[in-house]
Amino acid sequence: MNVFRFKNQKERPESLEHKDSPNYYWVIGMAISALMLVLILVGYVWTPYSTTEMSGREKFLSPCLSHPLGTDNFGRDLLSRIMEGAGSTFLIALCVILIGGIIGTIIGSLTGYFGGMADVVLMRVCDAITAFPSILLALVLIAVIGMGKYQIILILGILFIPSFARVVRGEVAKQRTLNYVQAARLMGASHMRIIFLHILPNTIQVLLPILTIGFNNAVLAEASMSYLGVGVLPPDASLGRMLSESQTYLAKAPWYALFTGLAIVLMILGPSLLMEGYQHRKRKG
Amino acid sequence: MKYVLRKLTTLIITLFIVSLLAFLAFQVIPGSPATNMLGTNATPEKIAALEAELGFDQPVLVRYGNWLTDFVCGDWGTSYSYSLPVKDMVMEKLPNTAALVLLAFLIVVAASFPLGIALAKREGGKLDKCMTVINQVCMSIPPVFVGILLCFVFGITLKVFVPGGFVTFSEDPVTFLIYMLFPALSVALCRIAMTVKMLRSSILDEMNKDYIRTAFSRGRTRADALKKHALRNAIIPVIAFLAVTAAELVAGTIIAEQVFAVPGIGRLLLASISARDFPVAQAIVVLLAAWVVIVNFIADILYQYMDPRIRIQ
Repeated sequence: MNVFRFKNQKERPESLEHKDSPNYYWVIGMAISALMLVLILVGYVWTPYSTTEMSGREKFLSPCLSHPLGTDNFGRDLLSRIMEGAGSTFLIALCVILIGGIIGTIIGSLTGYFGGMADVVLMRVCDAITAFPSILLALVLIAVIGMGKYQIILILGILFIPSFARVVRGEVAKQRTLNYVQAARLMGASHMRIIFLHILPNTIQVLLPILTIGFNNAVLAEASMSYLGVGVLPPDASLGRMLSESQTYLAKAPWYALFTGLAIVLMILGPSLLMEGYQHRKRKG
Repeated sequence: MKYVLRKLTTLIITLFIVSLLAFLAFQVIPGSPATNMLGTNATPEKIAALEAELGFDQPVLVRYGNWLTDFVCGDWGTSYSYSLPVKDMVMEKLPNTAALVLLAFLIVVAASFPLGIALAKREGGKLDKCMTVINQVCMSIPPVFVGILLCFVFGITLKVFVPGGFVTFSEDPVTFLIYMLFPALSVALCRIAMTVKMLRSSILDEMNKDYIRTAFSRGRTRADALKKHALRNAIIPVIAFLAVTAAELVAGTIIAEQVFAVPGIGRLLLASISARDFPVAQAIVVLLAAWVVIVNFIADILYQYMDPRIRIQ
């Protein structure tokens, strides 16, 4: 029984590490993210077919050369619709993490730096919000302010604040005690300058993973809400709404649901693989 | 015991606050329900009369007090849309949702514990590496899509159940279970992946601690040290995670019920929000929120039972 076998990766002798094996997470994650990003970005300016033009003759075409992903119940090209839907979902998710990220980071860095009563109270509120499933909270907020594209962005953005605030707060509170902060203080830098110019750049290590997780959760939440019919409303495009439409035709046109769902999966899988790869790389390097 | 009592007080206060917030949320909604109910034949006198009947002419806190006492006594109000007692509407659907959550939770526990332990035992092995990738993929599939895939494979292709159909427990318990199994699976899948990942890393963390090395030095095998020493400690953070899971599963069932057309309170909640039938929505939100709070309370109690160190603090 060799006890050393049970030591963790860091303590293993260097030669046992697969030093030259490529970081597959990184490579595959990059490929998937790039594919989706190209589809989305191209979708903003050009789609192979019109996403609104219907064609009675081309209903429920299975994937073929002229329609690589087939057509839907109105004879619209599925690839074009997915490009449009993914683009809309992507924009919503981006806005959500922007709102949540910026407000959360500001709250987190201020409370983490200054501490005091506000810190205690705000963190208790954050704990309370995160204890409840976000779908439940989102549904309550939708009941209050109504549904639609902008409402969903606002609601999810608010609900995403605590997760950012908590992580940033923890990191800022840790950094605050370090020497470089004290040195900056001695040089006469103001608190705001220290927080936003000195400490914040150092929190990027914890901010990147939480941004990725936030993006994935936002995509998931938007898709779920739109699927439930309380998110994005027609005529705005959304992958979640397409998924709910496609379910009606599951027996007749399984590719409709399959490709739409796959687009959501890839949108989430790409960034999460990238993050996994990033963490592996950090552990090695 | 003192700990339990203290937690119990916190639980009651929390329930109080949560119910107040849920109540207030539905009070700030613009538009009077009386106007909505009366529709086009609303006159100011009629609206005032109906508002008085519904109790809307009183201050908010008085209304909250009345509503809370009524709620605790079992009078949950009347649905705007159906003019039925809310309690009857909810109670009719509640067993289905409860069964769904219970089944999903059992699946999560039954699947993730053996898997997590097996992976931790074979750290770095082929199984471990495969499962890490599978886990990552499972966490990326939205429950909605899992549900649709299950519908397609088991409902349409294999014809195990009829998508969109439903059989009640009293009609046929076995078929009921089949109809429950797939929705439960669809919400459980990504939670299983998360729990496995968490349990695995929690065990591996414990396995690197000093007391495990001591156990090895006394001649324990790896499997033994894991089972007899590490597992007990490694499970503590997982318990907390399972509490979150129990809460999240309820939210997940809202989606699963929609995908599989299960008549549960999640669908009722959605329908009532769309129809602006707020007494129903409010009652369900309070119930679900209470469930979340109570689950966390149980986790706290379990926590201190599993880890005596917490009791001392």
